[in-house]
Amino acid sequence: MPERFEALREALLALEEDAALAATRRLLDDGVDPKAILEAGLAEAMAELGRRWDRGEVFLPEVVVAAEIFGRCNALVEPALLASGRQEVRHRAVMATVKGDLHDLGKNMVGAMLKTAGFEVHDLGKDVAAERIVEAVRELAPGVVGLSALLTTTVPQQRLVIEALEAAGLRSGVRVIVGGAPVTEEWAARIGADGFAPNAPAAVRLARDLVERVPVAGRP
Amino acid sequence: METVLASATRTVVIGPGRPFVIIGERINPTGRAALAAELGAGRFEVVRRDALAQAEAGAQALDVNAGVPGMDERALLVEMVRLVSEVTDLPLSLDSADPAALEGALEACGGKPLVNSVTGEDERLERVLPLVRRFGAAVIGMANDEAGVSMDPHDRLRVARRIVERAADHGIGADDVLIDPLVMTVGADPTAGRVALETMRLVRDELGVNLACGASNVSFGLPGRHALGAAFLPMAIGAGLTCAIANPLVPEIRLAVQAADVLMGHDVYARSWIRTHRTSS
Repeated sequence: MPERFEALREALLALEEDAALAATRRLLDDGVDPKAILEAGLAEAMAELGRRWDRGEVFLPEVVVAAEIFGRCNALVEPALLASGRQEVRHRAVMATVKGDLHDLGKNMVGAMLKTAGFEVHDLGKDVAAERIVEAVRELAPGVVGLSALLTTTVPQQRLVIEALEAAGLRSGVRVIVGGAPVTEEWAARIGADGFAPNAPAAVRLARDLVERVPVAGRP
Repeated sequence: METVLASATRTVVIGPGRPFVIIGERINPTGRAALAAELGAGRFEVVRRDALAQAEAGAQALDVNAGVPGMDERALLVEMVRLVSEVTDLPLSLDSADPAALEGALEACGGKPLVNSVTGEDERLERVLPLVRRFGAAVIGMANDEAGVSMDPHDRLRVARRIVERAADHGIGADDVLIDPLVMTVGADPTAGRVALETMRLVRDELGVNLACGASNVSFGLPGRHALGAAFLPMAIGAGLTCAIANPLVPEIRLAVQAADVLMGHDVYARSWIRTHRTSS
């Protein structure tokens, strides 16, 4: 069965936009379940790209281009997905690069991959103050909050956000995951985060594990 | 305009008519797990080795960064500054965004160090510039402010101009302000290199101050990083860059900078260039 998605996956991994769009349209025209196109086709290709990135086999511009092509293919699939009524209630994630930090590549990669994994992603951007993150958690009640920090000088902000969530009485209702070049498992444990991931695919696995294995009542 | 940095015993002059200054970037635990672990364990062997190796390779100043998540940055930076000052006589660049850590390091550091860095954000300027003034240091001003990083070189120039003006309000001369035009990776945005270069030209022509940048960022996420860095630096030097926080241990980087010095006429009669080639052959 996955063979029918092979052309789409190959086109996306080869960064061939026209071929990827054509393959997506062909699958839709053939009446293939749009959810399967998204998961077994597009998301699987992005996951493979993430694995290749981890192994140093692809480079940053290729990831950027693939994410763009993914977005355009996804735009074709989404109307069909909505029309099919098969779009389930998805887990919600809030993503942010912490205050004082302008590095958003890693956060954007995790955000894009969370989308492909079925999360509804609310990206607050970069240089985001703890108060804004607290506000978003209060408003959106996400299952997961992802905090990215790429500088040793901004990593302490991750702790501040967790403390601010505690002070606001929101901490127990959300899973906080942290990442970024200077971040370690030990640091994550020390600041009381729910998890740490060294790369984007691992972050998606972690987020999924956290929301599925230890669900918080009433939270998407 | 010329910026003078000094240790207790040695001075370095940064300026557009002079050989390019490499500030060694290695003493920085960010992304160097082994160094971070060693610092966490209270050991400083790698710091000592990095200081000596970079001095040997031609660094004219050394950047010192003590950012290890969970550690007391002020105490660690002070300790590292003391240690590096013991093993080399190079002026230092004190690399922290934490005013308390900067203050401790400035107290511990002899001579005239470089504060790396302050952004154009009001709150940061008000906390860092008084320290720069009190200790008679020089400072790197990053061309971003509350609005973030603009991809319009004219916006960056505007932020740079404000930093220079605010420094003057605090009694810090323009010759002690170096502007960082912000160099981001071309791996994520194909215009990043061009925007940085255009910002350099604008700052040089409009403000006339020295320009410093982190040189390694430009190639993040790409193969052949040393070659890209070695191509970028001479382009940047042509656009007004007068010093960079870079890795002098990389031969491509070192040679590219030395070649640019010859081509700019800053290595008069290529004396350094010839010396380098004579000793290496």
